[in-house]
Amino acid sequence: MATVLDAGEIGRALKRIAHEIIEHNHGLENVVLLGIPTRGAFLGERIAQFLNEIASPVPVGTLDITLHRDDLRLRPPRPLLPTLIPSSGIEGKDVVLVDDVLYSGRTIRAALDALGEIGRPKTVQLAVLVDRGHRQLPIRADYVGKNIPTAASESVKVHLSEIDGKDCVEIVAGA
Amino acid sequence: MNKHLLSINDLTAEGALEILNTASELAKISDGPMKKLPTLRGRTVVNLFFEDSTRTRISFESAAKRLSADVINFSAKGSSVSKGESLKDTAQTLQAMGADAVVIRHGASGAAQRLADSGWISASVINAGDGTHEHPTQALLDAYTIRSKFPEFRDNFAGLRVAIVGDILHSRVARSNVLLLTKLGAKVTLVAPPTLIPVGVTDWNVDVSYDLDSVAREVDVLMMLRVQSERMADSYFPSEREYSRGYGLDLDRLNSLKDSAIVMHPGPMNRGLEISAESADSHKSVVLAQVSNGVLVRMAVLYQLLGGAAFAGEVSA
Repeated sequence: MATVLDAGEIGRALKRIAHEIIEHNHGLENVVLLGIPTRGAFLGERIAQFLNEIASPVPVGTLDITLHRDDLRLRPPRPLLPTLIPSSGIEGKDVVLVDDVLYSGRTIRAALDALGEIGRPKTVQLAVLVDRGHRQLPIRADYVGKNIPTAASESVKVHLSEIDGKDCVEIVAGA
Repeated sequence: MNKHLLSINDLTAEGALEILNTASELAKISDGPMKKLPTLRGRTVVNLFFEDSTRTRISFESAAKRLSADVINFSAKGSSVSKGESLKDTAQTLQAMGADAVVIRHGASGAAQRLADSGWISASVINAGDGTHEHPTQALLDAYTIRSKFPEFRDNFAGLRVAIVGDILHSRVARSNVLLLTKLGAKVTLVAPPTLIPVGVTDWNVDVSYDLDSVAREVDVLMMLRVQSERMADSYFPSEREYSRGYGLDLDRLNSLKDSAIVMHPGPMNRGLEISAESADSHKSVVLAQVSNGVLVRMAVLYQLLGGAAFAGEVSA
């Protein structure tokens, strides 16, 4: 088990992502952040806080993609997690999806499906704390905290103080 | 969760709360942004109804369709074949059609259990009312409705007082509700004329009263049951008027309830018999909320039964 990001590095990565979101969108007027529960939702809140410190507040919500997954039948039923769309909606907005780890890309595909049910954003962008490679779909992130090359047998564990009591990212060797 | 939902006894308190929590999340999604979800696309749900029903069948149909399942409605009413044989033949037909879930309502207690245990079909069986035995999804939607009106009892009904009033003897709704509400910690009192209280009630972990007036003042939830005339071959009370005077919810009794109390009825209502029109339409009545919550709770049940793999397998994200 190796720690690849510590608390300070996570904070700096999220702050950099916040700056990149402002730069890329030429401001924040039209930006909505949607975190994918569980940990993406906390990361979304944290990025929103940085955006607020740097520039201005943005609407932030959560998007649970469980009911849109394509691998539902491969696993026992999962509990549903909260979906909370900001009152401003997503119609015509620049939506930034936030997740902890980008891996196969299937979560993001499901999120795009879920978004399509809700409305038609102007753009959809993706921010992730860790991109570990091994994509199975043609999906990429616009904002990446850290690219971490991994073996498929390894797993990446993101710990966040909100639920795990500490901030760090670890690589755990597979069995 | 088990493969089938035949009885509230199939669920632990945690399992029941998980269904209610799933329904709460579904409420947020489907009352808001997403009307239709792709979750059960390509799966088939059969509504197999040997008894009349309006809201339960429509509710299950609506729930399955909102999750994108295909729905087949099979009304077996009027079948002349003897019950056991007809159930078997029907079940094998459904198996041949590739049903993933069968929602069954039958006049015989234990019919759902029989279908699930028979080996005739491989589908999940959901009991939508079997004789005078159980109606688990009704109890779940009632618990969901109670929880949404009393948020302080979200995870535990300890301290909640519920009276179930009327035709307990013939009521599968009462049986399932007693099991679920006591499992969640509520204190349940059954109120009915002695002739409509089942013999085995001493084993049910509930209080029994024959006096509605004294109980009504005390409770948070007053659940009125339909007088099931179609199941009454004998006379259980002298006249409808006398029943109504003793055990009906009229305006005076409605006004004696606590301010925060709610009135429930599983429907269909006999207005003027067990519940007066004023009571049924009063602001304390949550009858229509029960109906709309029914769809959410049944979506949650279908999701729990069909939404995942039959067996837990290790698959990496």
